[in-house]
Amino acid sequence: MSFGPHLFLALLEGTVTAFVLALMALGLSLVFGVMRIVNVAHGEFYMLGAVLAWACADAVGTPVAGFVVAMLVAPLAVGGLALAADRWILRRIDYHPESTIVATIGMLYMLQQAVLMLYGPDARPVAPPVYFVVQFPWFGYSGYKLVVAAASGLLVLATWMLVTRTRLGLYMRAAQQDLEMAQAYGVPARRVYALVFLLGAMLAAAAGVLIVPIEQAHYLMGLDPLLLSFIVVIIGGLGSLRGTLVAAFAVGLSDGIVSVFFSPTLAKIVATLLVAAVLVVRPGGLFGEERA
Amino acid sequence: MLALHLGVLAALFALQFVLPAYHHTNVARIMVLSAYALGYNILLGYTGLMSLGHAMFFAAGMYGAGLPVYYLGVGAPAAFGIGLASGLALALAFGLMALRTSGPSFLIVSLMFGQALFLASLYFNDVTLGDQGFIVSEKLAPLELAGASLGFHQPAVKYNLALAIFAASLAAALALRLSALGRVLVGIRENEERTRLLGYNSFLYKLGSLAVSGTLAAAAGAGYALLFSYVGSTFASILFSIYPLLWVLLGGVGTILGPLVGTALMFYLVDTVSGVTSAYLLFVGAALIALVLWFPLGILGAVRKRWLPWLP
Amino acid sequence: MTEHPKNLSRRRTLISLGSLAGATLAGSVLNSPLALAQGKSPIRIGFQVHRTGIGATYGRWFERTTAAAVKMLNDKGGIGGRPIEVVAEDDGTDPKRGPEVVEKLARQHKVDFAYGTLFSHVVIASAPRAGELKIPYFVVSEGYHVASGKMNRYCFQPGITDVRSQVTAMASWIFGKLGKKVTMIFPDYAFGYDHRDYFSQAAEKHGAKVLEKLAIPPAERSFTKYFARVPADTEVLYHVMVGPGVLTFVKEMGEHFGKKRPQIFGFIDSLEGVDMASPGLEYLDGTYFWEAFPRYLQGKEPGYVKDYRQRVGVNDAGASLADPKDVSTFSHMFGCWETLHVIKQAVEKSGYKDPTPGDYRKLIEALEAMKEFPAGIAHPQGAKRFDGRVHQCYGQQNISKVEGGKLKVVHTTKIEDGMYPAEADYTKQPL
Repeated sequence: MSFGPHLFLALLEGTVTAFVLALMALGLSLVFGVMRIVNVAHGEFYMLGAVLAWACADAVGTPVAGFVVAMLVAPLAVGGLALAADRWILRRIDYHPESTIVATIGMLYMLQQAVLMLYGPDARPVAPPVYFVVQFPWFGYSGYKLVVAAASGLLVLATWMLVTRTRLGLYMRAAQQDLEMAQAYGVPARRVYALVFLLGAMLAAAAGVLIVPIEQAHYLMGLDPLLLSFIVVIIGGLGSLRGTLVAAFAVGLSDGIVSVFFSPTLAKIVATLLVAAVLVVRPGGLFGEERA
Repeated sequence: MLALHLGVLAALFALQFVLPAYHHTNVARIMVLSAYALGYNILLGYTGLMSLGHAMFFAAGMYGAGLPVYYLGVGAPAAFGIGLASGLALALAFGLMALRTSGPSFLIVSLMFGQALFLASLYFNDVTLGDQGFIVSEKLAPLELAGASLGFHQPAVKYNLALAIFAASLAAALALRLSALGRVLVGIRENEERTRLLGYNSFLYKLGSLAVSGTLAAAAGAGYALLFSYVGSTFASILFSIYPLLWVLLGGVGTILGPLVGTALMFYLVDTVSGVTSAYLLFVGAALIALVLWFPLGILGAVRKRWLPWLP
Repeated sequence: MTEHPKNLSRRRTLISLGSLAGATLAGSVLNSPLALAQGKSPIRIGFQVHRTGIGATYGRWFERTTAAAVKMLNDKGGIGGRPIEVVAEDDGTDPKRGPEVVEKLARQHKVDFAYGTLFSHVVIASAPRAGELKIPYFVVSEGYHVASGKMNRYCFQPGITDVRSQVTAMASWIFGKLGKKVTMIFPDYAFGYDHRDYFSQAAEKHGAKVLEKLAIPPAERSFTKYFARVPADTEVLYHVMVGPGVLTFVKEMGEHFGKKRPQIFGFIDSLEGVDMASPGLEYLDGTYFWEAFPRYLQGKEPGYVKDYRQRVGVNDAGASLADPKDVSTFSHMFGCWETLHVIKQAVEKSGYKDPTPGDYRKLIEALEAMKEFPAGIAHPQGAKRFDGRVHQCYGQQNISKVEGGKLKVVHTTKIEDGMYPAEADYTKQPL
């Protein structure tokens, strides 16, 4: 394919990646920003969303109904799991950063392997609710992928509104800036934490439901998105929502372009080293407040 | 206290004469992997820095030893040396860049570096043969020692060389812990600000700790390549970085013998469970959560708190 | 780290961990051979199976086929009157775990033979350990590594043909019927490289050209970016893919090329375990696939093929009789069936009794003397020739066309079409 169409394809792929990445990374960023913890099991919430979407599609039968049911059931189920994890594990270790990391690594393996035992090691497809091919002069492109990008964008917008316009959002931002002060003003810290963790998990699960008709539901699918989300959250700045979104686009588009023109492995290496470089020079990330 | 550690080494030495064949190789593996855990513990237990990328040091040692043997037919001692040097070099380079961060940032940087090395081992698979890996045993000449030719496939050779690596790592860790340097590291772990206030250059001390930690991990990697023959990308993956964290937590973070206990227990737990179900990592996950919730000190850590406060 | 001073909960944890340990120990004792002692001592075959990891779909069907073969053989009296007992261990399709599994099978379970590995990177990591432990290692792998001489004298592949042979047999048909300018898409490891290297060799010989060689990491999940690199003047797109993403691969290939696609020739590996009626695969109509053993019943098969299909539990569409959505890996799993039958033949011919060096020698020499396996219930895929020097069997290959969502065989090669000069001689190696 000649350069022009090749670049166009790269941009398309990059845009879809960017939107989905924004949705995934947003959950992680909120959790770190407000709760100051890194949730290593974030990718597994995404995977659970995808697997539950398959289960719903299998139970319901038609793609459209299956998708709608999945969009309702999966985030709620995964959110419930997240609430339980917060109550029984995270709260007990008092959100201590290092203990949380170890605990969420444990959760990662438990969730992943539970899915392996119950769902099996196969990758199973889910039919997309709408299926059409957009025909460009040089190649065809999956119409559903464009729908996914749009849906992700809507969800990100909805979350943005939640954070900036609602009382919960106000509490979240207060807790993020200064927890003790916020508590002194009556912000229910524990409940806010639980809700933020819930929200992060629900966003990840929603991303999983959207993605699964493009890829397939597989018990190992959570690792790559987790790493990409880490990259985005760090480059953008731990705790900065705006930074996360900007970084998602930067990383998504560049990943798309480098992958299409060079090798995807090389793209990942470059992204990984870039993160390390950013962190070393600006420990707070590009947009984050100075926080080592 | 010295007697305890010498006793453990003597017991390990004696064990090789009573173990059945399958467990013979297992214990040899456990000893080499314990060296890896010992290295990790120096950074986590004694300096207070948690890394999620330690597999990169293990892999540096592994490829550092394995590649010269595979491509150039280099002998075992030289290969081991190259492996050690690779680990040390990587640790210093990484430390110079990453030690400016701490806490979660350090964790994530180490994760990213580890991942970058893993991906590099896949990307350069013309040389490293990627996750297919390569076998060293066919190219490895036997060790000529005091006139005897010790082939690496002989179980006795494997076991005793593994024991030697473990013993050396144990000695290094113990020496560090008991030295003045070790006390400064503990000071940094407990309160870095205060230690700096006392006039210590915490950055240099942390770098030194990382250097030792990385070199021990590389020793384990080089030993693993030479003794067990298979070199591949899996050893550079994230899971392999998580294992030493698990082993150290289980055995007792901040204890010298804890890594051995944790590695041995976890090895056999995984081995037993994987005979029953393919989802043995479930138990790994459950173990991590249980440890963090109820056993933050690990086995030897709890022992030390309750009964033996002199345990290093 | 914060401490939690509740002694009660710690004790509870200890109790539950303890009972878990007890349960697992009990479980392993129950599985031990002591519990299965009956009559003549069994022949124990250690099965290194990909129960998890990227090879899991194949592993599942390999286990079913193995169980069916063992049942049939045991019903007919076993091997030399001794029942067959299979001891399976999951290697996770992980090259690191492979040698550990071989060790466990040989030294803890003390099996007579090890068998069953498929993915070539796992074979390459595991076979040397089998050679060190001096236990016969029968692989069902398709890789060229056995015949290349790079393995050891304990390693055999008598039940499935290798990639070099398959590619050589396909090449002349592809260049003659489809086109001479080919772009290749293959997985980025040994198995894929075999395709790349031997097909390129064949292209040179036939005056054809490989325009582009696209290597895809085996765990890749999105493939559109690779299709962008297919040159516009490609006449034939040659694809062979493995791993959990194969359905996505084939779907995205269709989305990308649409109606203006080049001729497409794939190896059924890209579709093993995948239902051809999956949405998005309609474009595959009119494309071609290599099949070792045709998935769909063509109608002209001899009775023993129908018997085989019944026993391993597949219907006329090559899917599970119990669940029509569970599509089999039909072009690979027969390798297990046929290998077990070869093991039986070798044991009975050589008089093998126990896992001693002397008996192993007799067995290996008997295997190396074998020349032919006639078609029949023992070899339902077709007649085979066996070359004892390279420890590899050779057989016929099929080319199928997709018509109306089904695979219809349009050409079957002769065994000679896939032969190549032997590049090694294991018989000269010491044991």
